[in-house]
Amino acid sequence: MKIAITAQDKSLDSEFDSRFGRCKYFAIVDLETEECNFEDNEATTALGGAGVQSAQFLANSGVSSVVTGHVGPNASRALEAAGIKVFVMESGTVQDAISAYKERTLRQVSGATTDSHTGLNMPRRRRRS
Amino acid sequence: MIISIASGKGGTGKTTIAVNLALTLAETESVCVMDCDVEEPNVHLFLKPRFEGSSKVTIPIPIVDEEKCNGCGKCGEVCAFNAILPLGSHHVLTFPELCHGCGGCTLLCPTGAIQEEPLEIGMIEWGHAGSISHIHGKLNIGSPLAPPVVNAVKNHTKGSSPNVISIIDAPPGTSCPVVASVSGTDFCVLVTEPTPFGLHDLSLAVDMVGELGIEFGVVINRAGLGNGGLFDYCKAENIPILAEIPFDRKYAKCYARGGRFIEEFPEIKKIFQDLWHAICVRAK
Repeated sequence: MKIAITAQDKSLDSEFDSRFGRCKYFAIVDLETEECNFEDNEATTALGGAGVQSAQFLANSGVSSVVTGHVGPNASRALEAAGIKVFVMESGTVQDAISAYKERTLRQVSGATTDSHTGLNMPRRRRRS
Repeated sequence: MIISIASGKGGTGKTTIAVNLALTLAETESVCVMDCDVEEPNVHLFLKPRFEGSSKVTIPIPIVDEEKCNGCGKCGEVCAFNAILPLGSHHVLTFPELCHGCGGCTLLCPTGAIQEEPLEIGMIEWGHAGSISHIHGKLNIGSPLAPPVVNAVKNHTKGSSPNVISIIDAPPGTSCPVVASVSGTDFCVLVTEPTPFGLHDLSLAVDMVGELGIEFGVVINRAGLGNGGLFDYCKAENIPILAEIPFDRKYAKCYARGGRFIEEFPEIKKIFQDLWHAICVRAK
C-alpha cells in the first residue's frame, strides 16, 4: 500500500508541508517495501485549481491516503472522488508523518479543513485570472 | 476612435480623467464612456446616467454525461485551470468556479459526453447621460472572472459609428482584466501621480502597453506632490507627458461629492482640451 506525504524538501528529515495543493514535493511511500520517492509538485505554480491538480497526481500515483496539514474544498472533493483518505498533522518531518501514520495516531478528516487559496497566500505569488 | 484610460497604481484618477475628457468632448462630438472596471464600476457616480437596458454575462461551463465518457482523459489534459477532473471511465468531476469557459474540453471530447451550460458571472447595463452614451459591467460578488464581463462591455458597442469617440475606464493594475480593457484600443492614457508608488506602478503599466503594441502617453494627476522621479523616468524613456492636473484640495472635494471638474473649474477645461489635442496627434 502506498501513501503520500506533502513535503517541503526531498528527504525523510525535511519538514512536512502543511499546504496540500501547493506543497513543494510529494513523498510517495510504499509501506511494504519502505521505499520513499520524492516527486516535484507541478501544481505549485498552477494558475488555479492546484488542489484538484495535486489530487489528480496522487490518484495517478496509486496512493490510498495522504498526510498533509490542510485541504481546501476543491481538493477535498477531488480526493474523495478519487478514493484517497486524508489524514492531517500540525508539524513534524516526513519520517514523523510515516511513523504517525503507521501508529494510527493521525486524525482522518472528511471535507475541507480550510478555505480555498490558503496555500496560495502563504508564499507571495502573483495571481492571474 | 477608442481611447483607454489605465494606470498601474489604483486611485490615481482614471475615472476623473475619463469622465472629464468625455464631458469636454461631448460639447462637439458623439461620445461613449465604457466603464470596464467591472469589480467596482464608478463612472455612473459622476455621469449620473439613466440606464435603459441590461443583459446577463455568462460563460459556458461543461456538464458531463458520465454514461458516454470513455475515460480518455483529454478534457483534464487540455484544461489550464484544473476545472475538470477525469478519474477513469464514467467518472468526471467538474469545478465550475475554476472554469474560464474556453470550451476546450467540449471540443476535444471524442464521445460527445460534454455539453455546455451557461453560468452567470455578471451583467452589463447601458444608458445615457445627456448626449453621452454609457455602458458598464458588473461582476457578480464571488466570481473571480472579470475579463468576460469586460469583453461584454466592449462588444456591446461593436458596429457603432466610427465617428463615435469611445473612452474606456480600465481597472487598476496590469493583470488580465486590464489587458482585456486596453487591448484593441487606438491609444492608451496612463494616469499616474508623481510619487514613488505612482512611478513604480506606472513602469509596470508601460511594460504592459508596450507588450500590447499600443500607443500611449502619461497624464500626471496631483502634480506638485511628491518628487521628480516620475519626470526623470518619462524623460529617460521618451514617454510623452500629455497633461498635468495640479494637486489641490478643491479638486479632491469636488471628486468626493461626485462633482465634475470641467463644470466647476474653468481652468481645468483648457487642460482637457489640450489633452485631447495631444492624444489626437499621437493616436494611430
